[in-house]
Amino acid sequence: MTMVAVGDRSAPARVSRFLRRHRRFSLFVTLGGPVTWMMLVYVGSLLVLVAAAFFKVDSNSKVTTDFTTQNVVDAFTTGSFIQTVIRSVLIALAVTVLCLAIALPMAFYIAKIAKPRYRRGLIVAVLLPLWAGYLVKGYAWKSIFTPDAGKFAARKGGGFLEATIGWTPGFGKVAIVITLAYLWLPYMVLPIYAGLERLPPSYLDAAGDLGARPFRTFRSVIMPILIPSIAAGSIFTFSLSLGDYITPRIISGAKVQMIGNLIDQLQQQNQALSAALTLWPIAIIIVYLLGMSRLHAFENV
Amino acid sequence: MRLSFLARFGLRGITLIGLAFLYVPLVVVVVLAFNKADSTLWPPTGWTLDWWRQAWDTDAPKDAFVQSVQIAVVATVIALVLGTFAAFAMARFSFFGKSTISYLLVLPIALPGIVTAVALKNTFVREIDLGLFSFKVGFGVHSIIIAHSTFCIVVTYNNVVARLRRSSPNLLEASADLGAHGLRTFWSVTFPLVRSALVAGGILAFALSFDEIVVTSFTAGPGDETLPQWILNSFGRSKAVPVTNVMATVVMALSIPLAWLAQRLSDTTESISGR
Repeated sequence: MTMVAVGDRSAPARVSRFLRRHRRFSLFVTLGGPVTWMMLVYVGSLLVLVAAAFFKVDSNSKVTTDFTTQNVVDAFTTGSFIQTVIRSVLIALAVTVLCLAIALPMAFYIAKIAKPRYRRGLIVAVLLPLWAGYLVKGYAWKSIFTPDAGKFAARKGGGFLEATIGWTPGFGKVAIVITLAYLWLPYMVLPIYAGLERLPPSYLDAAGDLGARPFRTFRSVIMPILIPSIAAGSIFTFSLSLGDYITPRIISGAKVQMIGNLIDQLQQQNQALSAALTLWPIAIIIVYLLGMSRLHAFENV
Repeated sequence: MRLSFLARFGLRGITLIGLAFLYVPLVVVVVLAFNKADSTLWPPTGWTLDWWRQAWDTDAPKDAFVQSVQIAVVATVIALVLGTFAAFAMARFSFFGKSTISYLLVLPIALPGIVTAVALKNTFVREIDLGLFSFKVGFGVHSIIIAHSTFCIVVTYNNVVARLRRSSPNLLEASADLGAHGLRTFWSVTFPLVRSALVAGGILAFALSFDEIVVTSFTAGPGDETLPQWILNSFGRSKAVPVTNVMATVVMALSIPLAWLAQRLSDTTESISGR
């Protein structure tokens, strides 16, 4: 692509030649803006956040600029905080497992069994709920989970689940896991579907010809190929669930707390401790991302 | 793969249950928007359009809607410009620190929203001294826009970079061989190639900003209210709950054609996971 009509003296042609000869300048022009923005706004803010975790809070709960490690020590050693972190991680893992259990058969059906002309429609149907508001879906589940208020209620009956199948998990941890799994399910279906689409049908036929039963084929052929896709999907389900504090607040009020709720509440009372607590999700996510990148989650997904 | 009838039947069953799982809550919201009783109990007791009239007559949800659209439009434009520039740089050049920058661009969606939110709030509240001059971002519509642009960049970047990587460099060479200079090639070859990726990325960025609540509530000023904020607040005032279902139904109805367009214009798999 170096053959440019050299005689062309028009202004755009001269600009083009200049940009071609000065590749560093072109790189600077294209990358300068976005990188400056991300460094100033985002990385800058993260550094401020980490710094804020080491600021001392005076007796009027105002943040000073004196250095202290007390907040970070508190954030990482207080028993109730650690309990909340463990609860959050367990909820995020449960959400990931539940999403995987639903997404795997769904993606397999859509990619390999459904008639090709229905495939695109089905995958769009899976993605479409992402476009309905996040809060709206949270409150929809809250109403669905509403238990029967008993005989003292103004009106008998419960929400959708109580009325249709006569059972509801109430507003506890199970309800939170179901709601979060609902919110992030499409993020798990999509990468698995994409992974299955790349899986040549001949592999499955070959496995069948060599005498493998479907389960053996699934375990020895499909799963190894799907590991990066599942890892990529789990980054969404795990990370989005871990930091969520609106869903637990909507579903169970103050009853079930996750790490995000602590950070949110402490913003009013003790900003430095709140900043120190954000180091928990940051650390957990970094460890998780490193683990997933060993499973090749970032390659070609 | 040969699957028994039973296995096929089972997989189809799970898929149908999964789809029902995805759509039942949305149907519940739409039905409750027409529910006569001011409650979330099931089944509805009767039908009414009162909540729709009430939503139409109240200013707050409409104002919040307009506010959300304004913020989302500006954030989308900023994200489109920055994301597209970044995508061109990453697809066309190789340089030191390239992989670091690709991680940097994805970071705002990998880290939980609350981390981003608290980080931005902590920064915007401070007087920032850069040596030559100092400034304070403060809180208002502008801070929401700055925050939203930051996490929208990744979406526009993902869409455009995926398209650029899949488009053949032969096209650019052909254009140059035919005597077109660089800007001419950009206008006649590259831009038409990425146009639909730009639209799809723009729609996704718009949707992301329009629906965002966590970062918004940490970076908004006291007088600002986006639609998600209005929804969150109105569930505190129980009187407004049915009106919220109406607003939710309106938003869903408006977003279906947008979602359909975005799906058509972008490769299904690149729209979310990108890369």
